[in-house]
Amino acid sequence: MSAWGTPYQSAVNAAGPQSGRIETLFWVFTILLAIIFVIVIVVLLLTLTRRHRGIQQEPLEQTHIPSGATEHRLTRTVAAATIVTVVVLLGLLVASVGTGKAISGLGTARNGLAVEVIGNQWWWYVRYLNDDASRIVTTANEIHIPVGRPVMIRGTSHDVIHSFWVPNLNGKIDFIPSRVNAQWIEADYPGRFRGQCAEFCGIQHAHMALWVVAEPPDRFEAWMNHQLEPAAAPSDADSQQGQQVFLNHACIFCHTIAGTAALGSAGPDLTHFASRSTIAAGTLPNTKGNLAGWIADPQNIKPGNHMATVALDSADVQPLIDYLESLK
Amino acid sequence: MTAATTPSIDLDRERASLERAWANGRGLLAWLSVTTHQAIGMRYIVTAFLFLLAGGVEALLMRLQLARPDNTLLTADKYNQIFTVHGSTMMFLFAVPMMEGMGVYLVPLMLGTRNVAFPRLNAFGYWMYVIGGLFLYWGLFTNTGPDVGWFAYTPLSGPQFSPGKRVDVWAQMITFTEISAMCVAAELAATILKMRAPGMSLNRIPLFCWGMLVQSFMVLFAMPAVMVASNIFLLTDRTIGTHFSNPAEGGDPLLYQHVFWFFGHPEVYIIFIPALGMVSAIVDTNTRRAIFGYPAMVLSLVATAFIGFGLWVHHMFATGLPQIGEAYFTAASMMIAIASGVQIFCWLATMWTGRIRWTAAMHFVAGFVFIFVLGGLTGVMLAAIPLDLQVHDTFFVVAHFHYVLIGGALFPLFGGFHHWFGKFTGRLIDERLGKLTFWVLFIGFNLTFFPMHILGLRGMTRRIYTYPSEMQWGGANALATAGALVILLGGILFLVNVFTSRRNGEMAGPNPWDSGTLEWATASPPQNFNFLLLPAVTGRYPLWTSFKERIAVTGLRNDRREVLVTTLMDAEPHHRYVLPRSSIWPFVTAVLITIGLIGSVFQFQWYYPGIALATIGFLGWFWPRAQEAEP
Repeated sequence: MSAWGTPYQSAVNAAGPQSGRIETLFWVFTILLAIIFVIVIVVLLLTLTRRHRGIQQEPLEQTHIPSGATEHRLTRTVAAATIVTVVVLLGLLVASVGTGKAISGLGTARNGLAVEVIGNQWWWYVRYLNDDASRIVTTANEIHIPVGRPVMIRGTSHDVIHSFWVPNLNGKIDFIPSRVNAQWIEADYPGRFRGQCAEFCGIQHAHMALWVVAEPPDRFEAWMNHQLEPAAAPSDADSQQGQQVFLNHACIFCHTIAGTAALGSAGPDLTHFASRSTIAAGTLPNTKGNLAGWIADPQNIKPGNHMATVALDSADVQPLIDYLESLK
Repeated sequence: MTAATTPSIDLDRERASLERAWANGRGLLAWLSVTTHQAIGMRYIVTAFLFLLAGGVEALLMRLQLARPDNTLLTADKYNQIFTVHGSTMMFLFAVPMMEGMGVYLVPLMLGTRNVAFPRLNAFGYWMYVIGGLFLYWGLFTNTGPDVGWFAYTPLSGPQFSPGKRVDVWAQMITFTEISAMCVAAELAATILKMRAPGMSLNRIPLFCWGMLVQSFMVLFAMPAVMVASNIFLLTDRTIGTHFSNPAEGGDPLLYQHVFWFFGHPEVYIIFIPALGMVSAIVDTNTRRAIFGYPAMVLSLVATAFIGFGLWVHHMFATGLPQIGEAYFTAASMMIAIASGVQIFCWLATMWTGRIRWTAAMHFVAGFVFIFVLGGLTGVMLAAIPLDLQVHDTFFVVAHFHYVLIGGALFPLFGGFHHWFGKFTGRLIDERLGKLTFWVLFIGFNLTFFPMHILGLRGMTRRIYTYPSEMQWGGANALATAGALVILLGGILFLVNVFTSRRNGEMAGPNPWDSGTLEWATASPPQNFNFLLLPAVTGRYPLWTSFKERIAVTGLRNDRREVLVTTLMDAEPHHRYVLPRSSIWPFVTAVLITIGLIGSVFQFQWYYPGIALATIGFLGWFWPRAQEAEP
């Protein structure tokens, strides 16, 4: 695992049954095809180095065609190699289709969890679906899932085509405006898995990451229950001032903080902003210093992104940051 | 028109007559009026090579930007323009025109005729190509370079998410280059089917010409699809407010993808099928034996072309199409490997039983086998949907298609340059420097692109202008960038070799490699009329048959541009055909059409004067001239 370096965004470090089956298929293909490659290269090197014994007697210089016997032998060899190629390809086709069927059979029958994810330039809207409307959770750029339970990711896009890809858990699926695509993911063990938009989606395609956090079921339930609560009320004067700064500036046109007047939907929901590990869709670790830099000049950190630069009095900055970082 | 040697011909008088009839004249006006295939072919080759250098510089800039994490050499905006222009340049302005240039130059020589079937169309196609290429680079240098990828998926490329003129510049560049490609395809298909030397029946055509024939038909079927995508879906959505791709008005963003890849996948074979023909030409010459399995080779080319139109969906496995349908495209994609495999086996069989001459061109063929087979095998992995869903749109795919395209097309092409350099210039390219060029390019290529397989598996997505250091992608990226610099060195070596060998190389003579095909039966470089006496042939390798079996065609008038038209299957002499002379009208028509095409990008109404002007151009082009038919 460590030989591959980053274990948290890798197709060959499977953490779930879907990605595990794909990884197995990957090694079957790789080993078999590597053997074929070696054989072809050995034959190539032999043709280049062998002394042309046997055919030396043939009048090649005059006719430019070897004897009938030689050509017959070649025909048999080439035909045999072609037949082997066809057989190997048929085997790989069966393995590939079989794996695809096995993966689509995973998770569908059991007690799944459904998460709606919507791609936006350049962040991920995340909503946990539930028949009970009071238990619907909205968040962004970070998806918590319980270990050992299949999770259905239903996705679409609000603008251009994006592609949802968390390689440790499953292959990618395109999020296309006006269409809904779905895939199942499942984590075998607790961990943090990084994902990234895989379809070029404009100027900040490089900064459109997300995290999937797999937790034991009890911790997941606790997280879920906490996310259902409205935002924490500001506990001190500083945070109270920060909340007023937020509510009195353009922030509220785009962002929601449940329990306040901020109900914008163009940007990520900030109700439990401080419980998330990154800002700007995986661009920066969520620290007060980074947040200050981000709010002061989002176009410097992620040029071309759609967050407006909001002019703030210098005295207002620290309280605002303190307030946002209190939204656990 | 008797196909027999007639000793009574006064060869000197015939030569003088041919030189007069095929003279190109002097001066700028004459230069713009040239319609001889050697000149046009060489212009294609040189122009496409300049675009290769431009695309290479863009690749190098991208590699420098990605060499280390969080690099700030290029801004996101510049990087996106550069990767888009890199891809568009390599596909539309380098690879296809380069292969067509080689075809335009070599096909009439290999077939034993004097020019392509439609010389003015040939000139027109070249000018359209040049103008389209200059338009794209004008965009790049005025900060109007397209920035949505060479595929320009909607809705990102649509009016809502890409305001401004960047995407329009890209889409209209496609129009120019596709018109050009279709001109060449039409004239090469007609030339190969109807202008072969008497006796060159379908089963005697050199494999390179078979490659160009198959490629031409692919162009004729594929290119209209991309013009529908870029011109109808994209440009009309952008300029006159149609809604082909707008889901809010009932349009469908996936429709664009289907049509684009119906062109986009065959495009790959359009690039590499001619290259396979080059490999065959190099292999038979340098093993000094007839290629093994000629019918299998031809059938493989044809099969690749047919199957190539049936697997576009493997670019769209992640879009959520029905599983059964997708499985069909897995099977079709894998079938390509059978056709490619047969050809590789046949070349290896040829080499196994031939007497190999270890020339620089053969080095490139051996490198081709190594790189192309590796790229083909990763292609088999990509055909498997579960694997594709992991590595699609990652650097694994970047590695795969550079292995297939550079290995499958660029290495054979460089082999071809070394092979035919003597024919093009009259002097041989330096073999030792050529072999050194090969090793530098081969090592540089693998150093650049092999690490990308691992980067892709480790999660590095394509088209990102930067990445954080925690991803630990820095090491492999630095290695790839170092490899790119080695490739640059290889490119410089090649250019040095070209320029020194052109001046000081050994004289080539008509047939320096003792090849069997007809392009070596005339002077190097060939005169405008190619052959003093048009050849007739009795086998696949006319120059390998004994001298007393050589037959020439007589009975054509040499005081005008007259060629022989032969029957489609058996190439029996059918009738004499007079080709038009040089003309300025193809150039003028291209310029007049340009006014409408480029003007309409900025103001749609320019289409109307554009159509009127183009009509004037075509009137001039086709104005009947009695004296031309009977001089």
